Amino acid sequence: MNPISFVTQMIRIAIPYLFAASGGVVAERAGIVSLTLEGFMLSGAFAAVLGTNYSGSPWVGVLSGVLGGLIFALIHAVATIRYRADQVVVGVAINLLAIGVTRFFLKLFFASSSNSPRVAGFGGNINMAGFDNPLLWLGIIVAPVMAFVIYKTPFGLRVRAVGEHPDAAESVGVSVKRVRYAAVALSGMLAALGGVYLALDQHQFTDQMTAGRGFIAISAVIFGRWDPIRAALACLLFAAAETLQIQLQGSHAIPSQFIEMIPYALVIIALAGVVGRAIPPAALGRVED
Amino acid sequence: MSASPLVEAKGVQPTFTAAPWRERAEEALIPPLVALLVALICGDLLILSYGQSPAAVYRMLLEGTWGNAYGFGQVLYKATTLAFTGLAVSFGLRAGLFNIGAESQLAAGGFAAALTGLVLPGGTPLALALLVCMIAAGFAGGVVGSVPAYLKTRFGAHEVIVTIMLNFIVLALLNWFIAGHLHVPETLHTPEIHAGVLPRLADIDSRFHGSAANLALIVAVLVAIAVWFYLFRARGGYELRAVGLQPQTAEYGGISVNRVWMRALTFSGVIAGMGGINYVLGYKHYYEDGFASGAGFLGIAVALVGRNHPFGVIIAAFFFATLSQGGLAIHAFVPKQMMDVLQGVVIIAVATAVPEVRRILRGARGRSDA
Repeated sequence: MNPISFVTQMIRIAIPYLFAASGGVVAERAGIVSLTLEGFMLSGAFAAVLGTNYSGSPWVGVLSGVLGGLIFALIHAVATIRYRADQVVVGVAINLLAIGVTRFFLKLFFASSSNSPRVAGFGGNINMAGFDNPLLWLGIIVAPVMAFVIYKTPFGLRVRAVGEHPDAAESVGVSVKRVRYAAVALSGMLAALGGVYLALDQHQFTDQMTAGRGFIAISAVIFGRWDPIRAALACLLFAAAETLQIQLQGSHAIPSQFIEMIPYALVIIALAGVVGRAIPPAALGRVED
Repeated sequence: MSASPLVEAKGVQPTFTAAPWRERAEEALIPPLVALLVALICGDLLILSYGQSPAAVYRMLLEGTWGNAYGFGQVLYKATTLAFTGLAVSFGLRAGLFNIGAESQLAAGGFAAALTGLVLPGGTPLALALLVCMIAAGFAGGVVGSVPAYLKTRFGAHEVIVTIMLNFIVLALLNWFIAGHLHVPETLHTPEIHAGVLPRLADIDSRFHGSAANLALIVAVLVAIAVWFYLFRARGGYELRAVGLQPQTAEYGGISVNRVWMRALTFSGVIAGMGGINYVLGYKHYYEDGFASGAGFLGIAVALVGRNHPFGVIIAAFFFATLSQGGLAIHAFVPKQMMDVLQGVVIIAVATAVPEVRRILRGARGRSDA
């Protein structure tokens, strides 16, 4: 096995996870459950293909993809923050809605129930192995940037405050709702970028193309104990397992289904406290009046 | 020492106060009606975006589902699976727990039913074979459901995350069994079962000819009645609802919260697992990879719209089955994918309307009392 090709492939696989997990960390640190990452990614992927298809420019695709994720994030935010609906229920519904909306508009715009036509993308130089894609570099720096935002900026302080002690934050004049709106919106845009990367990398949208990646990302958030850097390392770990599976294909050493299970099994182990207790933000999922 | 219960505010909670029936009826019925209205408006927009007339499409939807015996049979068939998963989710919710794992519990149940039907000799009496297959399905679902139950009560692991992760693990495991070991060549399904085939409605009334509706429907209704009896007439159900409302209070009242949680999630899995008989014993007579796809998640919607009441769940299952079958009826004019959108819209609308309607109604009553 060639170590360089292993690492480059691992990074390419990790990019969607890195974007989505960063989004998940921000929303959950603000106290909003992030079961929605899958839906944000899927809507981002579809909107990116739509934008790229009609403009011919992948940059327009990036913008429309981010907008697509933002729209779903705002639906989630209004339902859970303004109307205090249950975050788990709405989260599940957002994912179903994203599947439905992308399917419906796939039919409406491209008259297909499975995939869009081929669209433009970034890079494509065979010798660069995908590293001539600006989104890939953005994905590599997104975790450190989010770590800076969460730990070193006033916004990050407020996010952490409303996720741990919303009453205390409110009493010193922080608008809990406004900070949560901002955090969910940011999480929608970041997760959408993961979907955008996926769609532009494959040059098309296919039905349910995120295929559970949003759930792997949320696993990484929990496994990384709600810290951007540790979550990013978890993403890399999961991507490494997947790369191993791809590179071992044909050898049949381990059935691929068992490699697929690794991230999910690790999260259950983490939650069971075997590798140190996973303690979520204190106000995560709470509905306060 | 018992593990500290992870107490959260769940959005859907049964009321224990003896509110007058009219107030309770208002709180129960207004949110689904609001959701229906929102869904109709969204449906209008989607239909118009396709350049069709909403009135004509809705008429076609009703004619294709309730308007003829075949369509109605298909609705009944789809409602059966949804009733099982909806009952499973609502059973957990009554104890304050979210079982998002109905998807994999259903699949495991179907798998176990198919394996049992394959192992049993062809001449097994129908009643015996059905009973054994059903027990196997419930047992497999219960085993999957007991994992999050154990991890929650022993380690405090959050059941939402564990059940989601377990979905992926169990489905991958089943895929490995099927793809690697048990499939008929060129397919992803097992051979046909030898024993335990449930009669179809079409065998009883020939007008249902061609539809997949079968006697699993009766089993679903019986399970709903059993759940109702347990929840509202048995001591265990009283404890379960008490824990769902206020775990700490229940613990002080002498109820073992952990034991109730263990029971609630395990039996939630049993109910979901039994749903596997509808497809395996009643329709295809084999287990096929992916047959449960989506039914588990829709079970959450069914439980929510049915307001966690066993009979409400049956009605809600019928409603969502109508949407799903209605999509096929209108497909020539508006893509059936419209129904995928509306399902999401209905869930968000109900989840949003439930707390809001309660607040508005209580606010209005508070003023009139003053």
